Amino acid sequence: MADTLIASFTKRFPRATIRGELNQPALRHTVTVLFGPSGCGKTTVLRCLAGLETPEEGTIRFGSETWFDAAHRIRLTPQQRGIGFVFQDYALFPHLTVAGNVGYGLGQMSAAERRKRVHELLERFDLTAQSAQHPSQLSGGQQQRAALARALASRPRLLLLDEPLSALDAALREQLRGELRHLLAACEVPVLLVTHDREEALVLGDELMVMSDGVVRQTGPVLDVFNRPADAEVARIVRVENLQPGRVISVSEGLATIEVGTARLIGLATSTAASDVWVSIRGEEVVLQRDGSVTSSVRNSFPARVVAVHPGSPLARVELDAGFPLFAFVTRPACEDLDLRPGVTVTALIKAPAVHLVPRSG
Amino acid sequence: MSACTTLVLLAIGLPLAYWLSQTRWRGKFLIEAVVALPIVLPPTVLGFYVLMAIGPLSPLGQLYESLFGHRLPFTFQGLLIASVLYSLPFAVQPFTSGFAAVDRRLMEASWCLGVSRLRTFWRVALPLAWPGVLTGMVLSFAHTIGEFGVVLMIGGNIAGQTRTVSISIYDEVQALDYAAANQTSLVLLLFSFAVLAVTYGLHRSFIQVWPTR
Repeated sequence: MADTLIASFTKRFPRATIRGELNQPALRHTVTVLFGPSGCGKTTVLRCLAGLETPEEGTIRFGSETWFDAAHRIRLTPQQRGIGFVFQDYALFPHLTVAGNVGYGLGQMSAAERRKRVHELLERFDLTAQSAQHPSQLSGGQQQRAALARALASRPRLLLLDEPLSALDAALREQLRGELRHLLAACEVPVLLVTHDREEALVLGDELMVMSDGVVRQTGPVLDVFNRPADAEVARIVRVENLQPGRVISVSEGLATIEVGTARLIGLATSTAASDVWVSIRGEEVVLQRDGSVTSSVRNSFPARVVAVHPGSPLARVELDAGFPLFAFVTRPACEDLDLRPGVTVTALIKAPAVHLVPRSG
Repeated sequence: MSACTTLVLLAIGLPLAYWLSQTRWRGKFLIEAVVALPIVLPPTVLGFYVLMAIGPLSPLGQLYESLFGHRLPFTFQGLLIASVLYSLPFAVQPFTSGFAAVDRRLMEASWCLGVSRLRTFWRVALPLAWPGVLTGMVLSFAHTIGEFGVVLMIGGNIAGQTRTVSISIYDEVQALDYAAANQTSLVLLLFSFAVLAVTYGLHRSFIQVWPTR
């Protein structure tokens, strides 16, 4: 039976108020990503969970334990919470060796036990050769692994990571993203990770919590949140390429016909009766073809004129006019095959389930 | 005498400096001002107040007398109290800048690893703040050796007991023994210079001796 992390608290700053709302079953192997733009309060939420900040109101519970309760003046210290915390710049102790860092929190073990545990962790994180080195002699990736090993040494019940890749340069970040995913999966501890990087959230996360302006807006499996943002704000934060205002004209057999600009699209109907909606379509769901031959499973097929092609790696971003502004992601070879350049008219194909409707008020 | 003062300052100054560097309390500046007072106050003023505070007429002085059977002023212990107060800023300010140079996140990392605040102080804050701590110790040691006014007020001038180097220079000048005064002064000058040169030289690359704030 897994413990559940339930938190609902308010932390006030002179210029901002942060509301943390979580209800996460803390499952092994599950990485929950707290995602949002810089300065939205993600790190504050993490620090409140760790006990490094004290909220003014609310409660934090983990399983049957109360970590924090403002009304009953309960506040467990970070030491009492049994967590692992990996800081943004790793915060390795500069005066200790790698082995010293990893074994630092194991003071209650006997010397022999401690040596064994440190050895085990160094081996697992591929740091045995660096065991006697100081943190300043390590590469960024090694520092990250050392910080992880240190946080996991005393077998925490919950692992918190604050922007674990942002201290690295771009090339290394990309390379380590995959590695970190494997390490986190192998550590068998529920993980809560904070990031403002969309790629990081996609690669590392199982569950996603989207935060903005100090409030958690949406929680769910990563792809669900990315594909079906709950509101326009979330869609903006997860950067759905296409977010257009539309109007539902008719609904039949679970499919809705929506008017967007001068075009009509077919999407999956939502339960809400609102006729004013946001139409959200991911750029990679838009397929471009040169001729009009259409496979039957694709509901939306319409002509679109290329406005501009923005080269990118690995995908180029193609700006189209289809009666409404439409962005599509296309691989570079496809770009060349289709001879995409401004002024050319192509056929845009979008499957109905990829057309996601978000209620729009007002 | 200087060694005793330095040891007492270490015991009082380290916790005080650590607290000053960590606290977010708004009234902190008041404590900082009090600690810095001896820098601007004439030593005679400080000496006078200490004399009043530990003299036989004050509750503190009476308590001491009833406990130990003799009075504080004009003894080594009395002098020690005055000298500790007088050198306090010279110890606390470098200590504080030493602790302030330690990344707070290292301390938080230690807490999150289940290590208590006290043990974190010993295992993380103190080892990383050592340049500042050493600077403070050397400065207060040197400062105590050269002090004059406070000693004269509290210690009097008892040979082998409360006579300090600076007082013996004063005595020598009063006795018109310029050769001896010159010799003692030179020794003190060279000693002070050597101590400061070594201190600044050692820590040029680690830490500023004075906090920039």
